[in-house]
Amino acid sequence: MTATTPRTTRRLGRRFWWWVLTALLLALAFVWVFPFIWMVSASLKTSGEIFGGGLGLIPETLQWENYSRAWIDGRFNIYLLNTVIVTVATTAIVVVRCALAGYVLGRYRFPGSRLVIAILVATLFVPTGYTIIPVVKLSMELGLLDSLAGMILALAGAANVASILIYAGYFRGMPAELEEASIVDGAGFVRTFTQIMLPLSMPVTATVGILTFLFTWNAFFLPLVFSFSNPALRTVSVGMQAFVGENSTDWPGMAAAGVISLLPIVALFVFMQRYFVEGIAGAVKS
Amino acid sequence: MASPTLIAETATRSGSAAAKAAKRPGQRSRERRRNLWIYVFLLPTFVLYGLYTLYPMVASYWYSLVEWNGFSSQQTFVGLDNYEAVFADPLFWSSVRVTLLFMLIVAPLRVFGAFALAILLNSPKLPLRSFFRTAYFLPVVTTTAIVGVVMRFIFDPASGPTAALATIFGLGPIDLLGSSETALITAGVIYVWKFFGITLIYWLAALQTIPADLYEAARIDGAGPMRLFRYITLPMLIPFLLIISVLTIEDCFHAFDLMQTMTAGGPFFSTEIIEIYIYRWAFAASIPQLGFASAAAVLFGVIVLLVVILQVWATVVSRRMRARS
Repeated sequence: MTATTPRTTRRLGRRFWWWVLTALLLALAFVWVFPFIWMVSASLKTSGEIFGGGLGLIPETLQWENYSRAWIDGRFNIYLLNTVIVTVATTAIVVVRCALAGYVLGRYRFPGSRLVIAILVATLFVPTGYTIIPVVKLSMELGLLDSLAGMILALAGAANVASILIYAGYFRGMPAELEEASIVDGAGFVRTFTQIMLPLSMPVTATVGILTFLFTWNAFFLPLVFSFSNPALRTVSVGMQAFVGENSTDWPGMAAAGVISLLPIVALFVFMQRYFVEGIAGAVKS
Repeated sequence: MASPTLIAETATRSGSAAAKAAKRPGQRSRERRRNLWIYVFLLPTFVLYGLYTLYPMVASYWYSLVEWNGFSSQQTFVGLDNYEAVFADPLFWSSVRVTLLFMLIVAPLRVFGAFALAILLNSPKLPLRSFFRTAYFLPVVTTTAIVGVVMRFIFDPASGPTAALATIFGLGPIDLLGSSETALITAGVIYVWKFFGITLIYWLAALQTIPADLYEAARIDGAGPMRLFRYITLPMLIPFLLIISVLTIEDCFHAFDLMQTMTAGGPFFSTEIIEIYIYRWAFAASIPQLGFASAAAVLFGVIVLLVVILQVWATVVSRRMRARS
């Protein structure tokens, strides 16, 4: 017994430091999520409470009418619907076109395949600020500038080279026997893809789909420019910006609008965490 | 967000699965039909990516050579005048300086801060690990433009919690985002907070690639935690340091959403990054100067291109390093 005591205390001591560390990390985590807690709390307060209440987080009485004000007067009902339409449509287009392109680029060599890949890699990181002017001009000429369809096409046509390359890498890694077997069974090119390859690529589809969804939901620059002359086309991120401009006194309404806009994407994240994290981790892992 | 290694592999090994055997006549026609399908599969990407990314990249060069207000279809060719004007504008150089300074604040904080945190979060002995990962990752998924507005709120000198905190500590009134001396640093710190989770996940993924038996073998040889870290963890992570740094630097070019909603480039242009400069001339001005803004955009593209070249170099070097170790 006496012999083991020093070792026990040492182990206890080591565990003690782990708990200190945990406490520090908890404090840091609190700072990390504080802006969100504060926003939720502000969305349920009166204006006077926000200004006079200092750091207090608990509202005196819950002011649910802040939400109805943001929802109806702030037009976040429309903005949220726009965001859902734009995000779902863009994600669907991106997943389909990236799966198709990734499949042929990953599995086949054909005239021009190297050139296509080289161009894609070279343009991997084009920032919106660089291409925005011609995109607007082009959309104007196509008559798509003041429409959700124009916004969707512009979003679906940019910034998803990474998705094509992720698909290409995944399809390339599939065994060649799969293809040979399906050809022996008499399946053609399209059927091999839709009935064998595509169902097998569900993990990649989930990752690409969720990352595109996140990216599109959060997009700001393109929706901002596309809804300049028609406020009815605003997405939540643009609508929030406009709300601040028009209602700079309505802090609680703004906080409520923020909660309305962030809630869906945070909920999606909580349910789909694994895919979010794996998608991003894939960037360095190999 | 694609793996650089993946890209390199796709580029070098693409299509190796197909068509190596000598071609017989019947095979040739089958191959032609196959190629037809391949181009059909690529068509949506050709159209969308071509129209909305490739064409604009080329068109920017043309627009940068004309004078054009965007309303009329009249575009007057002015040669390099726009470039001359951009070069002569002190605010352009200020925006370049702000962008680079921003990067200098943000990138090291993200890369090394996330590294330290990843080391802690990677230890199986730490309680609540998955909770911490979720909490630190949360800002990443939230809409940047909305976070920008919320931050204006949080840092509001009259009613925000930071002002209340400052009063408690007796610092008096502070306006961190509203003063030109502190705005850029404050914005940088907020940006770090917003995207810290991505870099953290990068590092955690990198740590996962170290084989566990390396640690075991060293532990059997009697190495303590400090030595394990010094002689196994650190050397194994150096190749990743390059990749993660470049990915993070590249990320710093996408600060438009946060900056525009938080400070709109102010006060006194102290947070005006290049993207805001372009936006201001192309869309926010009463008489847009699209040719001028395009010239700035092209110069911006050149800076980004330099970083992409750096990216390719970093990928090659780190692959070589990992192959050796």
